[in-house]
This record gives sequence, C-alpha cells and structure tokens, in this order.
Amino acid sequence: MSVRKKSADPKGVLTGVHYLDGDYAIAEGALAAGCRFFAGYPITPSTETAERFAERIPLVGGVFIQMEDEIASIAALIGASWAGVKSMTVTSGPGFSLMMENIGLACMMEVPIVIANVQRGGPSTGLPTLTGQGDMMQVKWGSHGDYEIIALSPDSPQECFDLTIKAFNLSEMYRVPVFIMTDECVGHMHEKVVIPPAEEIEIIERKWYEGPKDKYLPYQPDVDLVPFMVKAGDGYRFHTTGLTHDQRGYPVINAEAQDWCVRHICDKIRLNADKIIEYKEDETDNAEIVVVSYGITSRVAWKAIQDARKAGIKVGSLRLITVWPFPEKRIEELAGKIKAFVVPEINLGQIKREVERAAKGKAPVYPVSHCGGWVHNPDDILKVIKEAAK
Amino acid sequence: MRPEDRLEKKHPMEEFLRMDRMPHIWCSGCGIGIVVTSFIEALQKSEINPDKVCVVSGIGCTGRVAGYLRLDSFHTTHGRPIPFATGLKLANPDLKVVVFSGDGDIVGIGGNHFIHAARRNMDLVVICVNNFNYAMTGGQVAATSPIGANLSTAPYGNFEYPFNLPYLAEACGATYVARWTCLHIRRLTKSIQEALQKRGFSFIEVITPCVTLYARRNRLGDGLNLLRYYYENSEIRHGADTRTLDIGYQGKIIVGKFVDIEKPTFLDCMNNHLRKVLGNKYQPWGVKS
Repeated sequence: MSVRKKSADPKGVLTGVHYLDGDYAIAEGALAAGCRFFAGYPITPSTETAERFAERIPLVGGVFIQMEDEIASIAALIGASWAGVKSMTVTSGPGFSLMMENIGLACMMEVPIVIANVQRGGPSTGLPTLTGQGDMMQVKWGSHGDYEIIALSPDSPQECFDLTIKAFNLSEMYRVPVFIMTDECVGHMHEKVVIPPAEEIEIIERKWYEGPKDKYLPYQPDVDLVPFMVKAGDGYRFHTTGLTHDQRGYPVINAEAQDWCVRHICDKIRLNADKIIEYKEDETDNAEIVVVSYGITSRVAWKAIQDARKAGIKVGSLRLITVWPFPEKRIEELAGKIKAFVVPEINLGQIKREVERAAKGKAPVYPVSHCGGWVHNPDDILKVIKEAAK
Repeated sequence: MRPEDRLEKKHPMEEFLRMDRMPHIWCSGCGIGIVVTSFIEALQKSEINPDKVCVVSGIGCTGRVAGYLRLDSFHTTHGRPIPFATGLKLANPDLKVVVFSGDGDIVGIGGNHFIHAARRNMDLVVICVNNFNYAMTGGQVAATSPIGANLSTAPYGNFEYPFNLPYLAEACGATYVARWTCLHIRRLTKSIQEALQKRGFSFIEVITPCVTLYARRNRLGDGLNLLRYYYENSEIRHGADTRTLDIGYQGKIIVGKFVDIEKPTFLDCMNNHLRKVLGNKYQPWGVKS
C-alpha cells in the first residue's frame, strides 16, 4: 500500500498573505497540516505558538489543552496520536529537557507527533528571552538508548509555516517524532508569510492498516520498514509498550528482541535518509570554502558569504533544512573537493563536530561559535572565511 | 465432567485476556490479579462495547495490567498514564479510557498529573492498586507506606506521613471516589462498574497484598494472612468523611464509596463555554450531531 497524499483540509488553512512571527507561523502550519490536538505548557520564547493555537482551534474544530507540565504535554500527544489525531506541542530548552523520556516512548511506540523547540540560551534556565541553538545535539541524543528522529531547522517565519507542514508529513510517513528546531530570533521575527490555498498544500496521511483484524501486527515492518498503524477504538485490541517488544507489540526481554526492536526503529530512518534529507546549496560547485549553517545563523552567514565573494573568495553555502538525519554523504563529497568548511552556530560547536565527522579528515572545519544571547556579527563569520581561505 | 472435556473449556474471561501472554509475572498471593478479574467482570456487566475501551498503565507491577488485557492497551512511562489517557480521551471522546496502575505510579511519581486530571474532571476511570510499597523494584518506601512499616529504603521503619488517597482525590475534584481491599471482590466489581458507567473523573483505590516484599519484610505472613487482616480490620462506611480515611500500620481500613456526584467534565465545560462565547463560529469537539 502506498503512502496516501491529499490536499489540506480547508478548515485549517488561513489562505492569504500575512505578517506573522515564526511562532504564529508554526501554529498556522500545524492547522494547515491537519493538526487538531495541541497540549502544551507555557515557556518563553515559544508560548505564542500555544496562544495562537488556543485562539484558532475553536474555530477549526479540535482541542487545545494547557497541561500541568511538559511531561504531561508530550504524554498527551502520544495518547492523542494513537486515537488517530495529528498532535503537536511547542517548548524551549527547560521544557524540552522534561520531554526527553516520553520522546523515547514515542520512538519506541512509533507514534507520529510533532514538537517545535524555539531555542533559547542554555543550559538550565539560561537566557529565557534571548536566542540560542544549543539543543541541536539534545534533539538527537537527549533520550536514553539508541533511536532516530527527524529534525528540521527553519530560518524564517515562512519556513516555520512550510516546515511545520513538512514535519507533520514526515512524522506520519515514518511513524516518528519530528522536531522543528527554531530559535528565539526566528520565533519572534515578523515577516511576510504566504499561506497558499488548501488544494495546493500536499498532506501525507498515515499508513492505515486495512487488513483482517486478527492478522494485524502493530510492529510488522512494511517494504519501506514503516509498520501500518491503527486507531484506538477500532476493534483491533492491540497492545503497545515502551518495553522492548516483538512485532505483536508484546514485551520480550532478551538480547535478540532488543537487537531487532532497536535496529528497526533506527533503520527505518537511516535507510530512508536519502528520501528525508533536504538542504539548499548555493555556488558549491567551484567553491573553495563551504559555509554550513542552519536556522537564523544561515541568514547572518549569507551576508558574510556575499562579502567574502566580493573580496574574491569562492564561497559556497550549504544550508541544512534537515539537521537530522544529517547529510553526511554530501558533506563527505564536498570535503573531497574544497579547501575548508566554516560552521557558524549559536553553540560551542555542536554541528561543527558533525561536519567534522562526516568530512572524515578530507577538509578542515572552522567553527564560528558563541554561547547565545545574540546572533553572530557577519564580520566574525567573514573573518573566519578569510582565515580558512588562506 | 470427564477431564478431557474440562481441558477444552475456555476460561470465561478469555475474550478479555491475552492468553498468549500467560503465565503472568505476578507472584502467588499478589492481589493484582483479583483486581483484574473484578475489572473484567465489571466490564462484562456494564455492556460497554469493549472495542471502545482503552486501558492505560504506567510502570510497576500493576503497570503490567495493560499487557494482559485483550483491549486496546497501552503500557506507558512511569507516572504518565494519566496524561497519556487524557490525550486519548480528548482526541477521541467516544473512547472509555481506564487508567490501571499502582500507587507509586499514580500518586508517587505521577501525583501532579493525578491532581490536575481530577481538577479538570477529565472523563477517566482511575483504578489505583495500593500495595503500600514500590514492589517491582524490590519493596522501597512509597507515598502510601504506613508509618512504622519496614521498607528496603526505610530499613529502620517509615517515618513519613502517607497520603490518604480518597481525601486527595475528593479535594482535587473527583466525582467518584471509592476504596476497597481485594477481599471485597463483589463490592469492588460493583464500584468499577459504576465508574465505567459514569462520566467524570472516577477514582478507585484497591488495597492489595504484596506478599513477596511488603509482607515478608514486615513478617506479616502470606496472602491468606493479609486477607485475614483485611477481613478483621476493614470497615465499610459509605459516604464517610474522606478526611478520616488515613491508614495506619496494620490498622483499621475504612472502605466504601465516599463520593458519587455529577459535574460537567472537561469536554462538557470546554464545549459549553466556547459555544456560549463564540456562538455559531464555534466548532464543537466530540459532540454527536
């Protein structure tokens, strides 16, 4: 059975040209994607998404609930998703940390949910009102054990809208939590956001099982490795658990079952990575230096790249849309052709290390790091590009 | 009846049990199985379509209940079955959602979720099996352990005040509150049946023996000894003031139905309020047209 594509339900689509901040655009993207359940807890700088959803959902039909904490919020999403309703939440660093255990549960139960993290400076309470990109590794590794997720990084309110729809589509397609890793700057930046007519928005639906009831196995991989799903209440009387399980969803506590179960949840993303990964390149063909950036930092880096080109340096740009899975093949290819990578980011080198790993020593990687609270000065990035080009 | 005929006979509750998962992991003398039996009997009597019943458990001995019931069943994370169940219920209000878990799960690590779901009058049935300790991990002190009881992390005896669960549930807004021991099978079954047929946050505490840990550490004997303790020390007092329901070490256990009131649920409140404020613009959720 192939993945089902259809156009968006017009009830949730606010077609038109708007002036929105990134947080609002995420809420509109979710409604356009068919999200009808939002459970969240207020936290700066993400709260506006929850506020927007709370205001809009009564007019669309669905549920907004402010839970007692972020742990409850994500637990409620997983429950709602099992009932067949697309669900999302939004948070920032401290709330994200609280969600980690149930992110593991969603991976283990293979439940589609969408979580936006409007990043702020960390660790701990850090900088509640100021920007950061310090959760890029936490989103990949924050819950215990081996698992795979998908993370996207928008650089504008328009992309917050577009990538939220993409996040829901990927989540439904792969039965996996998908993260929108934005930051305070994009979250609070107002820009033009164009919301197309519903029929122009492509929505991918979950792969619903339609076979005989007694033959249903909740964790039997299909050809694309993603198992079919059913809804609670439809008479399948299925079981699901956070314990290591077999294809029936029954707990099995031994090394063989662990090997099958964990490899399965990892492989369905790893082996489909080429279909999932998206990035944007600019003038990388003859580049000496390639700037790898994502989110708000790619907007700042763009100025530095243009200045460097004016100064005669051949600089290409690779902007990550999908941060996880990471485009390691492309980075390695480029590494063989260029002089160096430059990786500006608002943390002390999280994705820089990933670029280094993918480059396999074929090209050096120059970080442009700071701890958060402000975006880079483009001149700081330019300086490093010049140094790398020497 | 010849023995070979007897073998072909199905267990009367087989429709509701995952027989391919038997034998279960519970110790002999444990009370959880009795509560499961009561639950199935209540479900059969209630005439609710079992396909619409979801059971959500957390972690611990009672957390394993979801895995043995042949219903849509969810074995979630420690302390989080109530918010998980909240999501299920709100996303599909046609479901009857039952949270079946232990005291450590529901009021220890999950206490915050418990009080808020009761406050919201979320339409859930919460069955809390209280065995006075964390049994799965080896008999540690719990938020329900009586003062003076010996637990593996209270090796000189517990000195913390325990929760009085019916009082907590009522104070937070539960619309149905009962407590039984697993000796009171008939009454427990009736309570679960009432809760299943009711709308709102229903809470049933069931005192059960933990023979392997709690009873052994405190030299209280086997399952039979504990049932005898329940028999001799429990007193049925329907409608009792929940403030008076503390349980002391090997002390009196007041059981009964303490609260049974009607109050609009979370979804009733949401739909009524938003319809009033937004008029025809409001798109109701989970309301049959």
